[in-house]
Amino acid sequence: MKHDFRYFFHEGISNMFSHGFMSFAAVSITVACLIIMGTFTLVAVNANELLRELEQENEIVAYVDENYTESEARALEAQLKAVPNVASAAYISRNEAMEAFKAQYPDDALFQTLDPQILRDRYVIKVRDLEQQSQTVRQVKEVTGVAEISAYEEIAGGFITVRNVATVICVALIAILFVVSVFIVSNTIKVTSFDRRVEIAIMRMVGATNSFIRWPFVYEGFLMGLLSAVIAFFMQWGLYAAVAEGVSSNDTLQLIKVVAFGEIWQPVAITFGAAGLLIGVGGSLSAIRKFLQV
Amino acid sequence: MIRLKDVEMEYENGTKAIKGISLTIQDGEFVFLVGPSGSGKSTIIKLLTGEEIPTAGRIMINGFSANNIADRQIPLMRRTLGVIFQDFRLIEKKTVYDNLAFAMRAVGTPVKEIRERIPYVLELVGLEKKADCYPTELSGGEQQRVAIARALVNDPNTIIADEPTGNLDPERSTELMDLLVKINHLGTTVVVVTHEKELVNHFEKRVITLEAGRIINDSVGGYVGGHIHEA
Repeated sequence: MKHDFRYFFHEGISNMFSHGFMSFAAVSITVACLIIMGTFTLVAVNANELLRELEQENEIVAYVDENYTESEARALEAQLKAVPNVASAAYISRNEAMEAFKAQYPDDALFQTLDPQILRDRYVIKVRDLEQQSQTVRQVKEVTGVAEISAYEEIAGGFITVRNVATVICVALIAILFVVSVFIVSNTIKVTSFDRRVEIAIMRMVGATNSFIRWPFVYEGFLMGLLSAVIAFFMQWGLYAAVAEGVSSNDTLQLIKVVAFGEIWQPVAITFGAAGLLIGVGGSLSAIRKFLQV
Repeated sequence: MIRLKDVEMEYENGTKAIKGISLTIQDGEFVFLVGPSGSGKSTIIKLLTGEEIPTAGRIMINGFSANNIADRQIPLMRRTLGVIFQDFRLIEKKTVYDNLAFAMRAVGTPVKEIRERIPYVLELVGLEKKADCYPTELSGGEQQRVAIARALVNDPNTIIADEPTGNLDPERSTELMDLLVKINHLGTTVVVVTHEKELVNHFEKRVITLEAGRIINDSVGGYVGGHIHEA
């Protein structure tokens, strides 16, 4: 039998409005679930971004052999940059290092007279992927002319652990909320389909196929999911903007850089749309299943 | 044609509703299926409409074997049947016309054909002026006529009426049965399940009497008496 899009769509819309209160309840619950899921995701995105920035601050310092002249030391730059996972390698001469050291203690006369020769020329290296830092440190050590390495691998490991734990918690929470949403929407639609069991019984009795009976419910779920996603998106946007404004205007919290919604609205819209449709259609299919047996 | 051969039906709770029934209903026949509560009438309806599968025996319904019918074939089998219920089962928020159109739409009938068919069927049941009414605006007899119209609208081979006069007064019941007889004369097989003796005796039709899951009488003429007709 041909798929009668117009008829199914019309029935889906008409079902949605003819059970207005239940539709309102299903949409409200889906919106609430989407916003809770969205909020967790956006917190995770911001935490991840913050961690990424902190990761970038993490440095490896490679000290050059003290017998090397400045020109020999500078010549190491190309070799260091050629090491995989090295994002940048900035040369700092012993004189520059001493100037920076003195600048940290401007009021301490003892430090102001130190000889730069007690320090070594060095490279400040930043890595691309913190998880590969240990390997990178080993490879940098192997470069001839590098005498010593200073790297805070515990800190790097800490960042990775925090990020991984945050990701696992967020994924778990989102998965739980998703299942809860499908369950609630399914039950809501089950109530509306229970209300329409006479119609379904009549359709079955006159010889309607299961797909013919199912499609209006699928369209109804689709429309409710889409509507929920649109409402949730704009509410999430407003909520996010308000929180971002609050953070930036707070003296203590303004150190935290909040990712602008404009940078992430597309993935948020796509995720909300997909989640809304999955919840709506999944809920409808699950609700109608028992009415289609026999 | 409907044919049951040594059919038995035992529910999951152990109740044996049908105990070895055999019968044949030829195309174009008018048959009353009678018996007290618990005699197995409703189970036979469920077996005929594919809602239940017999635990033993064979059932053929208008060319379909109900024993081993594939799920996708069940709707096709049901399209050969028109079912009428005691409680009418009309959709209250749809007009008479829309109730009929709904049943036609459900089997994929094109809109043009729906527009042509419904006035004809409504005229047949005497409700041509009630097309725009809602079921709640009609009397019980009229609502049952709508149910008959809906059963007829997809042009089934067989009409199965389950206690169609249960909610009607005697005068309306007779009118309704007259209508079913008229439909039968147009070539449709009619099976009426009822326990109303007077009504059955009023019509000179084949009567199959059930008791405790068995056929105790299959004869022409009335609820009681007559010879046992072997299927």
